[in-house]
Amino acid sequence: MSKLLSPNAGPASLPRRIVQQGRYETITMLRNGEQLILAIVLPLMALVGLVVTPLLDGLGGTRVDVATPGILALCAMSTAFTGQGIATGFDRRYGVLRFLSTTPLGRGGLIAGKILAVLVVLLLQVVVVGVIAGFLGWQPRLEAWPAGIGLLVLGAAAFTALGLLVAGTVRPEATLAITNLLWILLGALGGIVVPSERLPSAVQGIVQFLPSGALGQALRDAFLLGAVPFPAVLILLLWTVLAGAAAIRWFKWN
Amino acid sequence: MRSPDSPVLTIDGLIKDVGPLASLDGKMLRVVSGLSMVAERGQVTALLGANGAGKTTTLECAQGLQKRTGGTISLLGADPDTAGAGLRSRVGVMLQDGGLPPSARPIPLLRHVAGMYRNPMNIDALVERLGINQFSRTNVRRLSGGQKQRLALAAALVGNPEILFLDEPSAGLDPQSRQMVFDLIAELRDAGMGIVLTTHLMDDAERLADYVYIIDGGHNVVEGTVSELLKHDHTAGAAITDRTLYFDAPAGLEFAGVLRAGLQVSETRSGSYSITGELTPRDLATLTAWWAERNIMPASLRLEARSLEDVFLDISGRDLR
Repeated sequence: MSKLLSPNAGPASLPRRIVQQGRYETITMLRNGEQLILAIVLPLMALVGLVVTPLLDGLGGTRVDVATPGILALCAMSTAFTGQGIATGFDRRYGVLRFLSTTPLGRGGLIAGKILAVLVVLLLQVVVVGVIAGFLGWQPRLEAWPAGIGLLVLGAAAFTALGLLVAGTVRPEATLAITNLLWILLGALGGIVVPSERLPSAVQGIVQFLPSGALGQALRDAFLLGAVPFPAVLILLLWTVLAGAAAIRWFKWN
Repeated sequence: MRSPDSPVLTIDGLIKDVGPLASLDGKMLRVVSGLSMVAERGQVTALLGANGAGKTTTLECAQGLQKRTGGTISLLGADPDTAGAGLRSRVGVMLQDGGLPPSARPIPLLRHVAGMYRNPMNIDALVERLGINQFSRTNVRRLSGGQKQRLALAAALVGNPEILFLDEPSAGLDPQSRQMVFDLIAELRDAGMGIVLTTHLMDDAERLADYVYIIDGGHNVVEGTVSELLKHDHTAGAAITDRTLYFDAPAGLEFAGVLRAGLQVSETRSGSYSITGELTPRDLATLTAWWAERNIMPASLRLEARSLEDVFLDISGRDLR
């Protein structure tokens, strides 16, 4: 009898497997320097930029009050869409997705682990951005937090589905280019940090239908007005369902 | 019902189409066409064939990574297409390209995979056994091919599987790693694990396999133990005791005149010769005596029995590579 081998005792429990994968992916994301720049450094630079310039003046709150909800939305897009998209694209290239799907984790557990990692990183981003914004004078309504967190989770779901859709259908180099480019385009012109009324008139009509515009507007309404705009929630739900269904239909594992 | 002695894997009439492919005017390509095989516990079963014969596709259908077009597969008594975590925990898979994340370090990666199982192997013992501790501080992307292979083998084994799939296990291995990996495979086989591997290297199959399926054009053409395959001419059904004598000697085919009729003499290039047939000790004596009379010393001299490579050549009419 081999000294190494012992009897097979089955898989770890499903929650344990998902937590294991989520923890591993979280650590991998936090160790990746480029990912950290995208997740923390660039959103904080945008926050400071919006606080020291008059771009958001006259929108019904102090600069930092108007800017911070949008920065939180930007964080969700960084981690869920660009970060997880790129990571998944390269995992697919290197066969990591195929290998892990042969372990007890399986495909479902793998996706669940990725979503968990996105939520954990997003929580850390919210804490860091919230604290820094607090030093800059941000005074969010306390009662807005439950709705704000719910919206961030929904936004993360929509952007994760979109990120996985891109990662699962094109080459990882293309995923890298597409998700980074869209992050810049949506970040600047997608209504996520700059509300649509301050954008060029050419894009004003469409940004509310984009996941970026819907999430940015919903978070601003929640934190500034204490109201959740249902059209924006509906648009985010629609993006989540459509992108999720498309990812399930077209995602290629190898 | 599954008994402890039932096969770990039974494939019957496997068919796999891929596509539609633009290169075939939008038609499907049949990569596996009616392949059947059985793998038992405590045995190494090898699928031997050239690149593109359908070996990896067969393995991936058995692992549930690809959906089959037709045929049946029983993996530990279950259908791999509907496998749950329970079945997956009993199956170890080493993919051809490894499937290891480039930024990971070996030991945290193994601990991570081990976390998917209730009773994983002792990582320290596994790491020591495969010599992974020599490179445990190096990222996967900086590992050599042989180091990656050993790590991928460890990752496939960490859950104490009952069946282990190895796709080209000796690819990229240096001789020392190869010995280490082959020793471990033999040990696991002796401990009762069912091992299914693919290879295009005859030497792998001859050294490791208890039972060999030769795969060509998407289906199995011949099967048997290594010694069975070596003894039989599968085209004629007759036992074969052919050997080939290779040597380098001064150019000229005069020596052929003293040999028995029925032995095939060929000159592969000027000064390099081979004699194939049912060579007897007397045939060797005749040749060496002829050399001794003329004071000829061959530069090299090598006698080889029939190899699996020859068997494959007979069957498919072409080389393995």
